[in-house]
Amino acid sequence: MPTTHQFDAIIVGAGGAGLMAALYASKGGAKVAVVSKLYPTRSHTGAALGGIGAALGNLEEDKPIWHAYDTVKGGDYLADQNAALVLAENAVDAVIELEHMGLPFDRTPEGKISQRRFGGHTSNFGEKPVRRACHAADRTGHMILQTLYQQCIKNNVKFFDEFHVVDIIMNQGACAGAVAIELGTGDFHIFHAKATFFATGGWGRVWRVTSNAHTLTGDGAAAVFRRGIPMEDMEFYQFHPTGLYGLGVLLTEGIRGEGGILLNGKGERFMVKYAPNIKDLASRDVVSRSIYLEVRDGNGVNGKDYVHLDIRPSTVNKYLEAAGETRRVDEAYIARVLAETLDVCRTYAGVDPLTEPMPIQPTAHYAMGGIPTNIDAEVISDARDTVVRGLYAAGEVACVSCHGANRLGTNSLVDLIVFGRRGGMKVADYVKHADFVPLPANPEKETEAEFKRIRNSKGKTRPVELRKEMQRIMMDKCGVFREGKMLDECVTDMQNLRERYRKDLHVDDLGSKYNTDVLEAWELGCLLDLAEVTAVSAANRTESRGAHSREDFKERDDNNWLVHTFVTRDSTDVYTDGNPKLVIDTTKKVDMSLAEKDPAFMPKVRSY
Amino acid sequence: MEVTFRIRRQNPEDPAKKKPYWQEFTLQNVAETDRVLELMHRIKWEQDGTLAFRRSCSHGICGSDAMRINGRNALACKLLVRNVGSKIQLEPILGLPVLKDLIVDMEPFFDHYRSIMPYFVNNSPVPANGRERIQMPEDQVFMNDTGNCILCACCTTSCPSFWANGKYVGPAAIVQAHRFVFDTRDEATAERLDVLADPDGVWRCRTIYNCTPACPRGIEVTKAIGEVKLAVMRGTNKGVIKASDIKVNH
Repeated sequence: MPTTHQFDAIIVGAGGAGLMAALYASKGGAKVAVVSKLYPTRSHTGAALGGIGAALGNLEEDKPIWHAYDTVKGGDYLADQNAALVLAENAVDAVIELEHMGLPFDRTPEGKISQRRFGGHTSNFGEKPVRRACHAADRTGHMILQTLYQQCIKNNVKFFDEFHVVDIIMNQGACAGAVAIELGTGDFHIFHAKATFFATGGWGRVWRVTSNAHTLTGDGAAAVFRRGIPMEDMEFYQFHPTGLYGLGVLLTEGIRGEGGILLNGKGERFMVKYAPNIKDLASRDVVSRSIYLEVRDGNGVNGKDYVHLDIRPSTVNKYLEAAGETRRVDEAYIARVLAETLDVCRTYAGVDPLTEPMPIQPTAHYAMGGIPTNIDAEVISDARDTVVRGLYAAGEVACVSCHGANRLGTNSLVDLIVFGRRGGMKVADYVKHADFVPLPANPEKETEAEFKRIRNSKGKTRPVELRKEMQRIMMDKCGVFREGKMLDECVTDMQNLRERYRKDLHVDDLGSKYNTDVLEAWELGCLLDLAEVTAVSAANRTESRGAHSREDFKERDDNNWLVHTFVTRDSTDVYTDGNPKLVIDTTKKVDMSLAEKDPAFMPKVRSY
Repeated sequence: MEVTFRIRRQNPEDPAKKKPYWQEFTLQNVAETDRVLELMHRIKWEQDGTLAFRRSCSHGICGSDAMRINGRNALACKLLVRNVGSKIQLEPILGLPVLKDLIVDMEPFFDHYRSIMPYFVNNSPVPANGRERIQMPEDQVFMNDTGNCILCACCTTSCPSFWANGKYVGPAAIVQAHRFVFDTRDEATAERLDVLADPDGVWRCRTIYNCTPACPRGIEVTKAIGEVKLAVMRGTNKGVIKASDIKVNH
């Protein structure tokens, strides 16, 4: 028999969004538990590097509306403009609050929070780059994660560490809680809650080259999706331009913010061709495509599929001088503000960025799509914004959609803080007047059976084989450049892999305690489900927009495609139905509330 | 190249494997630039799925995969074959109960962390303009080194004083305390230093220096502990102490 716990609210996932939600829900009086498959400080928020964007205007004039404009334009006009405005406006308060919680931001000479440039962030509606990214060296995410965890300890938030949530409990059209496995024992636990809040992050492990942790396997999104909640805008997945070659480990955009330059194999600064105005600081989708095109044209370094990122002070100063800027950098400065980057390059590539350029290639990085929510982190179940009672989501797992078709650098951290906080407040409010939805009988039954199946499966295929095949196929057929026939193949490929997952799996570990063998197999099942939704969504969108770039539909099509994609699984048979039908709905229009007041927000050709 | 692993294993569920034992694995086609963690994955995924260890980010920022590699504490994702050679011995970190293979019980470690009030305290009103508190760059730098800590436990579990007495809060907790003790904005320094003045606090450190080379983040752990010792001794009656008040000769 599983143990049942009861809380006003459970927060699933302990990264930035989850901890922020936990903090605000508990400050608002709710009895909260955080349930996470990792110790909170292991969460991937800690890997975020360069900064968190907020129009503080500490170093030059800046306004939230300019931040909202950059977010909308960066998102290639698919972002819901109400959400982008909330993001930009709330960012200012949220960052100040982080400082009040003790976050050790870098400082200006006057002692204010220091800010640096970042890709796609401009002043005065795209006029020139602006210093908006607030930073703590190049470990801003680490400091956010630490600070929020510390504040949760201070506020006595209850944690269930190393409890892996595997299912949500739906009853009477509402969410009644979640089912989790305790990793240390293998026991099932039922969390009965008025509010269940998903903040489980992304699923970069769908692709072969990724900046994402091994644990970013989309299990939160998959759990929700399997119970009939749609996934929104899954075709939009960001490839970050500067992953360390071969490994995919992220090298921060802050490198270019500090003046770093991208150079092809001929030593040319190729971004002047693709983004003549702000060059290396164009938005990520643009830079990633430019790198692919350079490599395709034979301009990779040594004929290989990578280019160089150069932060050597001599290079940076040369281009600063050519641009007529007075700012100069030296080795000591770079070593201080990009300490993490230097360490990563020296450790893994044997390259010292102070004396050599860094080899880089685009790396799968961030899901713009996910569980659809409104601006208060309430999950919605359809294109008409119907709220699912008791179910919330924020952070990368959610799609508000404030990032549209491509997220700007720093806006992921902004998203966590802003929507984690709004969601936490909403939850505190909700649990005050809501009742517990009764638990159905044996809510763990189906997942328990599925775990039993995986553990006892007597097939021949190790999970690693399926995972590698999925990652290779998704990289080739559903990566930076896409095309209809390949996408259709990709959908079939994913279905075939899932068939093998169901019928021919092999695991070694038959135990209960820390059975990471079975858990990894479970995670693979989640990845396969999300990979299929991604490919289906991508095949359906016959245009190119933001991170979704179709070779057979090269233009953006605002007449037909200023809409969000909702994909729902048309089956209540959660685990045994091999290939349930996926239903696509593209009737939800993009929110254009800012464009209605100001023509600057109307979709136009996106040039940088 | 070929690499041989010798791994300390233990499985409480299996009567035959309840007691710790060594198991060897051999891997072919290994590159000098492969991470130890990658090779552990190859063992787990290709040879023996029962091998249990923690990991997440795989590039040295999450702190999950601390273990003893060839006798020294390190993160498996931060060491490459060229750093450790072709014979690799893995053991769980010492001083914490082993739960399965390379997985140890982290609760005692986090209990020590929580004991030093690891959170920012400032009950004074925020600035009237609603903006950030002012902190000068020359004060901010004192948190740079210890703010780097990822709570991986490499330092604490390399410390002979901790091995001898598990009640000792250990280097990691002191490093975390340092980050707040030297934060000019924090107002709980006196209370925090009281906790650290406990017999199981900072004075259990005998300056053995194991912790400093063990830190995968390059934090000068022993130096930080020394600074906290001086702060405990000299203190201030204002409850606020600036790092610049302390001169440490190295």
